[in-house]
Amino acid sequence: MNDMTPDRDDRSANLKGMGCSRKRVEDVRFTQGKGNYVDDVKLPGMLHGDFVRSPYAHARIKSINTEAAMALDGVVAVLTAEDLAPLNLHWMPTLAGDKQMVLADGKVLFQGQEVAFVVARDRYVAADAVELVEVDYEELPVLVDPFEALQSDVVLREDLEPGADGAHGPRKHHNHIFLWEAGDEATTNQVLENAEVVAEETMYYHRTHPCPLETCGSVASMDKVNGKLTLWGTFQAPHVVRTVASLLSGIEEHNIRVISPDIGGGFGNKVGVYPGYVCSIVASIVTGKPVKWIEDRMENLMSTAFARDYWMTGRISATKEGKITGLHCHVTADHGAFDACADPTKYPAGFMNICTGSYDIPVAYLGVDGVYTNKAPGGVSYRCSFRVTEAVYFIERMIEVLAIELNMDAAELRRINFIKKEQFPYKAALGWEYDSGDYHTAWDKALKTVEYDALRREQAERIEAFKRGETRKLMGIGLSFFTEIVGAGPVKNCDILGMGMFDSCEIRIHPTGSAIARLGTISQGQGHATTFAQILASETGIPADSITIEEGDTDTAPYGLGTYGSRSTPVAGAATALAGRKIRAKAQMIAAYLLEVHDDDVEFDVDRFVVKGAPERFKTMKEIAYAAYNQAIPGVEPGLEAVSYYDPPNMTYPFGAYVCVMDIDVDTGVPEIRRFYALDDCGTRINPMIIEGQVHGGLTEALAVALGQEIAYDDLGNVKTGTLMDFFLPTAWETPNYETDHTVTPSPHHPIGAKGVGESPHVGGVPCFSNAVQDAFRAFGLRHTHMPHDHWRIWKTANDLGLHG
Amino acid sequence: MSDKMHIKLKVNGEDREFLAEPRELLIYALREHLDLTGPHVGCDTSHCGACTVTIDGKSVKSCTMFVAQANGAEITTIEGIGQPDALHVLQESFREHHGLQCGFCTPGMITRATKLLEENPDPTEEDIRFGMAGNICRCTGYQNIVKSIQAAATEMNSAKEAAE
Repeated sequence: MNDMTPDRDDRSANLKGMGCSRKRVEDVRFTQGKGNYVDDVKLPGMLHGDFVRSPYAHARIKSINTEAAMALDGVVAVLTAEDLAPLNLHWMPTLAGDKQMVLADGKVLFQGQEVAFVVARDRYVAADAVELVEVDYEELPVLVDPFEALQSDVVLREDLEPGADGAHGPRKHHNHIFLWEAGDEATTNQVLENAEVVAEETMYYHRTHPCPLETCGSVASMDKVNGKLTLWGTFQAPHVVRTVASLLSGIEEHNIRVISPDIGGGFGNKVGVYPGYVCSIVASIVTGKPVKWIEDRMENLMSTAFARDYWMTGRISATKEGKITGLHCHVTADHGAFDACADPTKYPAGFMNICTGSYDIPVAYLGVDGVYTNKAPGGVSYRCSFRVTEAVYFIERMIEVLAIELNMDAAELRRINFIKKEQFPYKAALGWEYDSGDYHTAWDKALKTVEYDALRREQAERIEAFKRGETRKLMGIGLSFFTEIVGAGPVKNCDILGMGMFDSCEIRIHPTGSAIARLGTISQGQGHATTFAQILASETGIPADSITIEEGDTDTAPYGLGTYGSRSTPVAGAATALAGRKIRAKAQMIAAYLLEVHDDDVEFDVDRFVVKGAPERFKTMKEIAYAAYNQAIPGVEPGLEAVSYYDPPNMTYPFGAYVCVMDIDVDTGVPEIRRFYALDDCGTRINPMIIEGQVHGGLTEALAVALGQEIAYDDLGNVKTGTLMDFFLPTAWETPNYETDHTVTPSPHHPIGAKGVGESPHVGGVPCFSNAVQDAFRAFGLRHTHMPHDHWRIWKTANDLGLHG
Repeated sequence: MSDKMHIKLKVNGEDREFLAEPRELLIYALREHLDLTGPHVGCDTSHCGACTVTIDGKSVKSCTMFVAQANGAEITTIEGIGQPDALHVLQESFREHHGLQCGFCTPGMITRATKLLEENPDPTEEDIRFGMAGNICRCTGYQNIVKSIQAAATEMNSAKEAAE
């Protein structure tokens, strides 16, 4: 008979499985400065690459003279488009079906564009040589306004055949990229025309940038002896990079090894494929030496991965009582010089068609016009699933504007239009099927916690006091309720460059009962090594502390589509759970054999299989693992391994209710966040500590975007926000404390019911901060004002409303 | 550019000597000549603090100082703050309170926090937020960083009291 101690609760706690706030295993090395980021990679004989970049936003290149640069001691090579052309690498395909210059081919289309790549002994010599490359430019007219670009005779993309279709259908102007539509425009227009109440608004969701603390970079090492290329880089999708590198270079995929080491934050910036990666590869092939390329901050802000830049015009209709009847949305989307948006192939505007939000809107239409301008390419999802921040900002502002039109409380307007719990799975007017939700419960909990009615009373008193001249501070109550769409996605409709968006997990249980699992995703701070081990601990009964999680090395990890769009938990997390269940199924057979009973007569219990009805007869997973390797079991292969590739049947739809209370000094324009309450429902919670950390971080990035962070251009296409002097990143001083809360509505189709959470706070946070600012001025006639609400713009709003006397 | 200087530093308690161009930044020298890759480069303009080290008792952003200016100085980087078997209280505390995510800002953050707690062993939340405002984190929203530093201060103070 087996020893029955420790008891079940102790055994369960010992696993550190799902639901516990397990401390992160990553932190041991990070707190000691022993992380291994791309710039920490140092190889013998390694050279350094640096770019000559265009000072102009639009210019023809008449000549490039590299002689003086080449003559400098320590310079090994200077590559231009001419050098890349014979390899057909002077252009590269983008994720959006367009192509992009790797190095300027005859002209430049945005400030900071890559013109030549200098390779030298060290960074200082490379920087010197960059200054010595002489480029003769002829300036061309600059288009930075997408509306002007659609009218202008100036042709930005001379490489595209006039009149020919683009990757997403007909182009109606030489600077037009696509029109993407969803929903029923005719019926929507009809509903709007006959509606009792219609609210209309145009809002600009400004251009910004994910700006992770670590910039982008790569180290390429071509070993000409064995024909192998090894590429370290800041890649959120290392396997896709391997496939792209193979297709571009002609090197067979098995001869390419891509490694994403530790990544210093991604937030979408590191999804795209950038000229620097390609140039480091080519330079390594040309020189036969390893070549490192690391962006500086200015290069990062100017050239890789902008986000947003959407002009959105909405019309929303309702009955006099506030029941929404229809929604029309048109977007003019500034994609910059090349359409390099990082979206699934069939979604050139991402999942913007989630813009009906959390509301039961019977009919809707969305049309998005993509436009070329002389700005940097990119269009990544900055801490959100594809274009979901834009969609949620749009609907949450439209709700506020409709509330003004109806002279109604915005919280109540939301409540009477929420999709009801019993309507799930809910088929939205623009096509998505929401998996699960309980919006009313979340909303009521949020409003009750913040004592919403009391806040409104206080606000009304403040307004009176302001009018009496007793205070110069107004009070804003920001509300937002968001539904995300994450976990892309079903292979049937989501792919990146033809690769279906599944993900994967492979597990090997060692004879002594510990394990290693590898996944197709890659952590950038989310703590995968901690949380995926928790999923496996619960599924297999092996303690999380005995499970190593590895990601990011394409030679060892199974193929996966990477980490972005909150897809790691919904997709790779599901693969992990299912791989764990395969382990458990085999373990059950082994246990039954060892216990000399039928397979069906044993059942899983925390960390062991027990004979049903005889709990004293059991085999622990540790014993089973050992048996898998040292016993010949009839009909069962030796070993204990499993692999799972998971194609999700649907997206997941996390949601949440946020409230922000803000005081605004109308004379200085300074907002002071008094309180921020965030309720998130991400389904099953794997590690509450990590969830809370994600929420704090996402909200702070939301604060940044709403209250000041932008990539701004002047009329000549000069970037005005190229350093952290001008580009707003909140410090500890500007950032408030947040109150977090949750409800749990599991995803019905996910193996463990988890929905993903990393991006929710950003998606819900931006409209919440923005609504707080705008709500402060509602009583004085403000309907809408564009973000970012920096001090100057808030002051200007107050001034325009005549509040400065 | 080839005129190199003979640089002598005391780094993490060890005497180090090497040749460097006078124009080399200290962060470059630490990372490239001394292989101390704990401090990172995040912005090049002394805004983010990922490169923070301690020089002669003061927190300094090593991306904005020439190695020549540091010649003869005593420098502590994250690598000199604790050892695997004897971590600094702050290193334990950041892990305990989830004061980090991607880890890129963490070395500079902890290095700065060690000085902050020397300068002010019993800081209020406001003191911490102000004293850490030179170090940017993109992941955590600072709430847990503040909590980590507060908890470390409490622990260090009670350890000091117990010793007295």
